[in-house]
Amino acid sequence: MSPVNDLPATPDTDDGALLSVRGIDVGYRTGRKSHVIAAHEVSFDLHPGQSMALVGESGCGKTTLGLGLLRLLPRTGVIPRGQILFRRKDGVRVDVRTLEKEELRRFRWNEAAMVFQGAMNAFNPVLRVQDHFLDTFRAHENGRRRSRKEILEHSAELLEMVRLDPARVLTAFPHELSGGMRQRSLIALALALKPQLLILDEPTTALDLLTQRSIVERLTELREQLSFSMLFITHDLGLAAELADRVGTMYAGRLIETGTTRDIFHRARHPYTSALIDSVLPVVGDLRVPTPLPGGPPGLHTLPEGCPFAPRCAHALTDCATTRPALDVLTPRDRGLSHTAACLRSTDSELHAEGAPR
Amino acid sequence: MVTTTAPAAGVWGTIWQGITRSTSGFIGLCLVLGVLFFSFVGPLLIDTHNPTDVTKIWGAPSAEHWLGTNHQGKDTFTQLVLGGREPIWVGFVAALITVAIAVVLGAVAGYVRGRIDHFLLQLTDITMTIPFIVLMLVIASFYRTSSPLVVSFIIGLVTWPFLMRSIRAQVLSLKEREFIEAARLQDLGTARILFVEVLPNMAGYIFINFIIAITNAIYAVVGMYLLGLLPSTADNWGLMIQQAWDNNAFLLPQAAPFLIAPMVMIMLFQIGLVTMTRSLEQALNPRLRDR
Amino acid sequence: MIDHTIDSNEAAGLAHRADTAAHHRAEPPVLTLKGLRQTFKTPRGDVPAVAGVDLEVRPGQVLCLVGESGCGKTTTARMAAALTEPTAGSVLFRGKDVAEMDRTERAAFRRSVQYIHQDPYASLNPVRTVYSTVSAGLRRHKLVASHAEARRVTTELLERVDLVPAEDHLDKYPHQMSGGQRQRVAIARALAMNPEVIIADESTSMLDVSIRVSLLNTLGRLRDELGVGFLFITHDLAVAKYFAWQGEIAVMYLGKVVERGTAPRVINDPRHPYTKALISAVCEPDPDLVRKERVRLRGADIPDLTDLPSGCDFHPRCPLYEEGDCDSVRPPLVRGHDRLLACHVATRR
Repeated sequence: MSPVNDLPATPDTDDGALLSVRGIDVGYRTGRKSHVIAAHEVSFDLHPGQSMALVGESGCGKTTLGLGLLRLLPRTGVIPRGQILFRRKDGVRVDVRTLEKEELRRFRWNEAAMVFQGAMNAFNPVLRVQDHFLDTFRAHENGRRRSRKEILEHSAELLEMVRLDPARVLTAFPHELSGGMRQRSLIALALALKPQLLILDEPTTALDLLTQRSIVERLTELREQLSFSMLFITHDLGLAAELADRVGTMYAGRLIETGTTRDIFHRARHPYTSALIDSVLPVVGDLRVPTPLPGGPPGLHTLPEGCPFAPRCAHALTDCATTRPALDVLTPRDRGLSHTAACLRSTDSELHAEGAPR
Repeated sequence: MVTTTAPAAGVWGTIWQGITRSTSGFIGLCLVLGVLFFSFVGPLLIDTHNPTDVTKIWGAPSAEHWLGTNHQGKDTFTQLVLGGREPIWVGFVAALITVAIAVVLGAVAGYVRGRIDHFLLQLTDITMTIPFIVLMLVIASFYRTSSPLVVSFIIGLVTWPFLMRSIRAQVLSLKEREFIEAARLQDLGTARILFVEVLPNMAGYIFINFIIAITNAIYAVVGMYLLGLLPSTADNWGLMIQQAWDNNAFLLPQAAPFLIAPMVMIMLFQIGLVTMTRSLEQALNPRLRDR
Repeated sequence: MIDHTIDSNEAAGLAHRADTAAHHRAEPPVLTLKGLRQTFKTPRGDVPAVAGVDLEVRPGQVLCLVGESGCGKTTTARMAAALTEPTAGSVLFRGKDVAEMDRTERAAFRRSVQYIHQDPYASLNPVRTVYSTVSAGLRRHKLVASHAEARRVTTELLERVDLVPAEDHLDKYPHQMSGGQRQRVAIARALAMNPEVIIADESTSMLDVSIRVSLLNTLGRLRDELGVGFLFITHDLAVAKYFAWQGEIAVMYLGKVVERGTAPRVINDPRHPYTKALISAVCEPDPDLVRKERVRLRGADIPDLTDLPSGCDFHPRCPLYEEGDCDSVRPPLVRGHDRLLACHVATRR
């Protein structure tokens, strides 16, 4: 793996990070002994209260990585190496990758919860919303067993937090709710046990603009109120700019640039990040004709030897085809906020002249 | 019109991969091929002359008679080799007829809907209520037929409604798919859309049902022999079981091979087909197969 | 997999586009929707999915229908393509009512008005090659004389939609291609019919951002070079703005058009409070624009179509709501100096 300079060299060093991902590979078994890796050598730190967006195009491995962090991969999923260190509420650091089944069950929801893409599939269609809350509380509240009434009152509070009418929503079946209401209920459910980390996979995709807006506003409010950390996976750069304070760009299964939202959107140093931002069509202002990005991402089986982006890159040098660039720190900051980029020309002044932020 | 080839590996390629990708599927295929070899190539390799020999009634297995002899002193093994062709042929032809009727009628009913659909559904209802065994009894007693072809026609003609209904349901759902709508927007014509756009998408399903239809038809024909509905003529596994039954072979230990051997052959063939189908289904069923 | 993209001189293209736009504006519409209505009967009552829509599509022009899901934009598009029959109103093709057409006229209409679906994974037959899919119509309608000609024409069509090298793609199956490439095949198939109007239903919404732009550029060239008229359905305001910059945008809410005008007017200076709310709700990819002022709606949820509010459909959520007309009289779509607008308050200002 490529060591990232600002990360502690040994995993035992505790710098207060909530989640320290160290060189993990996430993939899927394809045969008895073979597997294909969808996310390679991913390392990052997430500190309490931070909100990080993982952006990239479809197939870049962002969803696989997100699922892998909570070990929610389908049965064929594997994490052949690396560490996922998580500081539990009791202060103990555990490696999620090696947790036993029972510990893992307790870990999920209590410590970290996931909001899936497509809220309809995350709900059991034959159970009312209240049954989902009851099931979740009963399954994860170890030891103390509260009465049904108590749990429902608590659930009602949670639903009010996401601005839903508990009287109407609790007794409804999932299909009776609109997409936005389902998504909000799911967020309320995920927050039920006050997790320290919320992972959201494409939280607003497939939702309408105004609904999307209300989800974004609820999430921002909730984060201020409950101060949980957030990791969300999206292809919508606008959403990343709005909801995150840090962004990680993924390409062909690798994290290729990380930094604060301003680093990424104003001073991107990886040509892919710049190209991605450039290809977003803006709504405000006059017509801007974006430069289309040629080609498509490489397949998982046909990764180029050097930089995976080199074949599509307008600034590629001959070295790029042979040398795989490491994630270099460009602007060191603590709390995992350093600006890093995996590009041979990330410090090339020709490419990143002053006053040319993009 | 230009004939188009099947997808990437081809339907046959997919079928081959489907069968061979699991051990049980491969064993199934081997069983099926083994029984087919035994029944179709076997007769060419052995002496098919199998005379009645009253001195050897119910003979025990020996070097000369590997599986002993039957109630007429005939060699059981020779009968076994000769007896596979007919049920397998009948099964195959009957399945072909069933599937052909079911696919054509099911596709038309599902795609065209309206009065034709209504009429065809009524027809399936009527056909499904015909008591199969009684019909066979009537036909057998009237015509004393012994032609395997007629038998397979009868089986084919009464067993299609079940498959027809499920084909119709599949066509109904495929018809709503966007690529079919796109074909309609191109004004490609009903016949072409139905047979070139819709049906090839069900090739795997149809093939699997074809194999299932073979197993059903074989059971049907063996059952009919067992019940004595079909006259006894040529060598036939079903007939062997019936004769064993009629001659109380189950009471005689030395007669066991004559009763058990054809049953084992039928079971091996059916198990082979079923396991093969099961792994095929995994390969061809779009719900089990990833995109 | 290489998704080919164009690298033409965009500035020149835009200038050219502006010229042709002015030229085409005078032409009579190819496709006219008149008082189109679609009411679905459900156990909970009638659902007026489309409640009276009047639109025109002109050659070489883009009419973009935007709105949230359930606003009736797809239903409108399907009626325009005669995929569903309207409950009331009519679709006119070159001035002739589609419902009154005879067999041959209808066949001609069928081919002249092509529809491109949203999902390129569902709209291509998985067991047919690209060549087979694209050339099926050509062969069926005897537009080509021989196999060789069919292949040649198909190759040209693929080149038109920037799927190059076309020869490499002819014998591919859909599953061997990326989403963007599949969508190009779907467009080539539509082009094979030599259409006058293409109805594109969310045709770019399932694609990644980088591919979306190049696909829109391809469609833009069909519009400019072949004079194809577009009825373009999208929920994405940025896409609407980009593709319809020289054309018109119509914003739909609960089955009705609430604002319609040229794209720069509607997007940069929205007048209807609903359009304003939509535009201010967009997440822009710039962290410094995040705290910009947004339109606050009075209610969050869209009313049920079976139980619409009295008066203006938008009044329970509308920030401009005034007592009086808003909750009693349905605002008509009236022509202002630069647009059509259906709002009691905004038209007075």
